[in-house]
Formats: sequence, C-alpha cells, structure tokens
Amino acid sequence: MTAVPLSAYLTLAAFLFAIGAAGVLIKRNPIVIFMCIELMLNAVNLTFLSFAMHQPSLQAQVAGHVFVLFVIGVAAAEVAVGLGIIVAIFRLRETIDVDSVNLLRE
Amino acid sequence: MAERLVFFLCALIAISTAVGVVASRNPVRSALLLVLNFLTLAVLYFTLTAQFVGIIQVIVYAGAIMVLFLFVIMLLNLGSPEAQLPERELRRPVAWLLAIGLFIVLVSQVFLVVGAQPQPLVEAGTARTIGYAMFTRWSFPLLIVAVLLTVGVIGSILLARRRSA
Amino acid sequence: MTLGELGWALVRVAIVLGFLLGALPLVIWFERRALAWFQNRIGPNRLGPFGLFQPIADAVKLFFKEEIVPANADRLIWALAPALSLFPALVAAATIPWGPNRLLTPVADVEIGILYFLAMSSLAAYGVLLAGWSSNNKYSLLGGLRASAQVISYELGMGLALATAILASGSLRMTEMVAVQAEPLWGTVPFLPNWLIFTPWGLVGAALFFVCMLAETNRAPFDLPEAESELVAGYQTEYSSMKFAAFFMGEYMAVLTISGIMVTCFLGGYLAPINWSPLQSLAETVGGVFVPLATLTAALAPPFWFLLKLGFLVFMFVWVRATLLRLRYDQLMNLGWRVLIPVGLVNLALLAVYLLYGWLAALVGYGLAIGLYALWAVGRSRPVERRRVILYAKAHPYIPRQTRASEGQNAYVAQEVLHG
Repeated sequence: MTAVPLSAYLTLAAFLFAIGAAGVLIKRNPIVIFMCIELMLNAVNLTFLSFAMHQPSLQAQVAGHVFVLFVIGVAAAEVAVGLGIIVAIFRLRETIDVDSVNLLRE
Repeated sequence: MAERLVFFLCALIAISTAVGVVASRNPVRSALLLVLNFLTLAVLYFTLTAQFVGIIQVIVYAGAIMVLFLFVIMLLNLGSPEAQLPERELRRPVAWLLAIGLFIVLVSQVFLVVGAQPQPLVEAGTARTIGYAMFTRWSFPLLIVAVLLTVGVIGSILLARRRSA
Repeated sequence: MTLGELGWALVRVAIVLGFLLGALPLVIWFERRALAWFQNRIGPNRLGPFGLFQPIADAVKLFFKEEIVPANADRLIWALAPALSLFPALVAAATIPWGPNRLLTPVADVEIGILYFLAMSSLAAYGVLLAGWSSNNKYSLLGGLRASAQVISYELGMGLALATAILASGSLRMTEMVAVQAEPLWGTVPFLPNWLIFTPWGLVGAALFFVCMLAETNRAPFDLPEAESELVAGYQTEYSSMKFAAFFMGEYMAVLTISGIMVTCFLGGYLAPINWSPLQSLAETVGGVFVPLATLTAALAPPFWFLLKLGFLVFMFVWVRATLLRLRYDQLMNLGWRVLIPVGLVNLALLAVYLLYGWLAALVGYGLAIGLYALWAVGRSRPVERRRVILYAKAHPYIPRQTRASEGQNAYVAQEVLHG
C-alpha cells in the first residue's frame, strides 16, 4: 500500500499544534499570538479531515468536513473580535504589549 | 508513491513555516509564513479528498483572515523595526520544553490508530454533499455559528468605533 | 496519470499562458488607443502599424531602466511583492473553458472551478499590500492599506454575484455553468441561448459582478490604491524597471481573467448569441464546398465568440475609465457595504424564491423589492433647495472692444465727442 498512513497526518498535526502552543507562550505581540492560535486551529482541522477520510460511512466522513467548516467560521468570528480588541487597546494605550495590558490585575 | 512525495513535501513546508512563524521577530514575515502554511495545509486537504474544505481554507484563511491580520499590522505600524517588542527571554526555554512535552503526549496517542485503513470517497468532499449535510443534519449548529458570526461582526464594529462618534 | 494525459495538460497550460501573455501587449495598446479616442487625441501611432509595437517598445524601455531600491525597504518582501501580484493573475484562468473541446480547454475542469477563481483572486491582495508596506514610503503604505480594505470589501459583493450564477446553474463546475446556458432561452425561445444575463437575477448579478470586478482589479473608478494624482501612484511609487513591469502585467492579466469569468458565468461563455449558423444550414442543404467551410467555422466559432465577448468587456473597462471619476474613499466603502451587499443578498433571496416557487412569485418579489425601495427613497428625500446661481459670465457679459468700435463710425465719434 502506497497511501500515506493516518499516523503521519496525526504526527504532523501534533507538531503544528505544539509549535502554535509554544508561540502563544513565547510571543508578546498579541497579533502574533493570534496567528499562533490560528495555527493550532488548523492543526485540529487537519486531524479532523484525516480522521474523516478513515471513517467507513459517507455520513461520518461528511460530518468531519462540516465540523472543519464550523471551526473555520468560528475562527473568522474570533479574528474579527480579537483584532477589534487589539485596535481598541492600541488606541487607548499606544502599545499592544500583552505584558503591559494588566489593568484588571491591580 | 506520488501521494507520499506530495505529503512529505507539504509536511516539510508546513513544519518549517510553522517554526518560522514563531521564530521570526517581524510580524509581517510571521504572517506571510503563516499564509504559506495555510496554503500547504490546503494542498494536504486536497489529498484527503476534502476539496471543498481546502478551497474554503484558501478563500477564508489566506484570502480574508490573513489579509485582515496584515491590515492591522500595517495600520498600527507594528512591522517597523522600532515597533518590535522584545521576546520574553526567560520564558522561552520553558515554553519550548512545554511544547515538546505536549508534542510527545499527543504523538503517544498516535499508535492507537496504526491499523486504520483509508476509505477515500470523492463525493464526501464535494460542495453538494457537504451543503446537503450542513443544511439538514447539522442545521442547528450552522445556525449557532451564523449567530456567532453576526455577534462577532457587531462586536468588532462596536470595539473599533471611535468613542467620540 | 498517463504520459498522454500529462502531455495534453501541458498543451492546455501552454494555450492559456500563451493567450494571456500574447494578448497582453494588444490589450495595453487597445487601452491607450481607445482612451486617446475618448479624449479626442490620437494615441500611440508611430511604431508599427497603428502603433501596435508601442507596448513592446515600452517593455524594452522598462527592462533597461535602472532599478532603485528605497532605503530601509524590507528587501526580501520588496522583491517578492511583484511576483505575488503576477502569480494569481497567471493561475486564476485555469478553470475557464474557452471552447467545447475538453482536451484543449480548460486546464483543469474541477468540481470547484469557480471557488478556485475566488481563492486565487483573493490572493491578489497580497502583492499590493506587501508592495505598499515594504517600500517604506507613506504614499505606498496608504495605497496598500486602501487596496486591502477595498479588496476585502468587494470580495463579498463579488461572492454574492457569483452565488447567483452558482445557484442558477446548480453547479460550481464552470463547464456545467456554460452547458446550462446553452439551453433555449427561458426554456421556450428556441433560437436564443439561455444566458444568465437575460434573467432578472442574472442581470442584477452581472451588474454587481461588473462593479466588483472593477474594484478587484484596482481599475478606475476604483483605482484608489494607485491614485496617481493624490498618492503618486500609491504602492507602485518606489518600483521601477522589471518590477514595475510585473505589476503592470499583473493588472492587465487580472483584467483579462476576470473578464473571462464574467463571460463564462453571465454571458454564456463560448456560446454563440444565436443558435443558428447560416453556413451550417447551407452545408446541410447545398453541400459541396460549404461542408469543409462549415466544419472549419464550427471549430473556430466557440473561441471566436469567447474572445469577442472578452474584447467587449475589456472595452467596457476602458469606457468606464474614460467616463467616470475616481470615487472618494468613503464613497467606495458606502457603495460596497451599503449598496452592493444588500442588493446582492436580496437578489440571491429572490433567485431562491424563483427556484422554489416559480417565476411568477419571483417577479412579484422583484416588484415588491423595487416598490419598497422606491417608497423608502421617496420618504427619505428632502425637497431640493432652490437657489439662484448666476454665473459670473452671465452677470458680466464680455463684450469685445472691437465690436463696439465696429458698430459704426458714428458711435465711435459720438463717444469721442462725449468724453472729450
């Protein structure tokens, strides 16, 4: 059999997810943090689709695709609100460093 | 054989661009590498018989979301060298260690699926099948996502509006 | 994939790329000449017959120009941007069918043909955006920001316009969209084809698509990203030589590709406007010398009709550019979000009404929509404030001194007598 095994897709997805998690922890720029979250969401989408292709029934396969579309839709909503928050913070504070935006902590 | 070649090429590009997104200090370069990453993921989706999802990935992620990211980066002028924030030097090794740990935990579950056989059904990835499933079986989640998107749009407009107006 | 299939695929790619690159100088020449005629000028007419070689001379000139890199530019992205604006224009035409022969066209007859075009056209924003940012120039940055906002806003209207075409033809595959339009008009008129633009929803969709297509290709009156008179050519300001030529080529190729999409979705693709060929019927009745002629024209007709419609749309581009003024930025956004998107949504809903309940309900729906809009517009309009504006020239007519003098020798003499 020459097809790519499921485990290869899953390993790739796990790697992308881990990289995205590392980026969220390291970065201070909220825009890059957002990008890393998008990366993690895409890793999850990849697992959804690779599992979907290994489902026996058509209905189950389509369910995986539909879920990926929902994830993409939710990601779009998240980006819209998130970038709006970033622009609002920048207007207020002239910086968007996530470590200096701690007004609610004190 | 060709499938494996495509997979390994795409995996290589996806991994290197993902590392580049995190490693690059310039947000614009991060964004560009992420676009490349999304495009290679779209190619991988095509190999997984998900042609509709793959093209939606290109339209929504590469065509709209990342353009928005770049737009905000340029609007706030975060791409210039003087606007770049210093990295958290102390947290960096800890974060990488955590990420490696996460990777090991995730990969350790992969052996559960070793015997799985691929069942490629081309019609599972067509717009017709997905649309039908979405508007019949998954219509309620679809409505929830639609409401979420509407709320998100209204929320972002309220956030971005100037207070004086 | 066998070797033969690969060979045919390469032939298809060569045909599309050859057409795009070969038509490019022609389109540039045509635009300059047509614009000159609109403005009562002559246009380039020196080099070759009718000045046809002028674009080639321009290309040679651009190639030999010195390339200047602005200080503090992001070198890598600065060099990447022209390629990024050229790439989508080159690949987006891959799903457009040019004729009925599936071996020669389109390059890839995929299930998601029209979504592929949308994806590629949405990637076109990157070239402009990154060119504007990496030039390290405020005009360029403004141009890039305008371009990204404009492309994102008009992508939605374009998607809605294409959604009407998708819904009406019931397929995302572009060859099937053409096949649907080959049926008799409204299912009844036998000689005429059922082009989408001959239906109310198709007409509205085509109008929407045309406006969005001008905006997506950054052409006048939506050329705010380059706006040479206010932003000194916007994102192109710092570019010279080959890189400038790449932007130039990308823009014209995008014009060609997007016109091809409009022809395929709304204007019947490669189909003839009338399902009747005099040569064909002559060959059937008389035979003889007409038979090879008829087969030849039958083979050449589809690309001919396609190119004719394409040429007409390119002419429309030039026509609009010569006629309309550039929009202000807020006007652009108002048009995109408050006019095109609501109209597109209503149109899509009414098309769905047609598909579910028949054409009578759809026509009633269109009547209702237009009536409601008219009511709203009348209720909103204020009486026009009338003010008398007298032109200065009317209030103070200019009377040349010579006519006064020539009114008669007597008057002249009388004046002299009066004033001493």
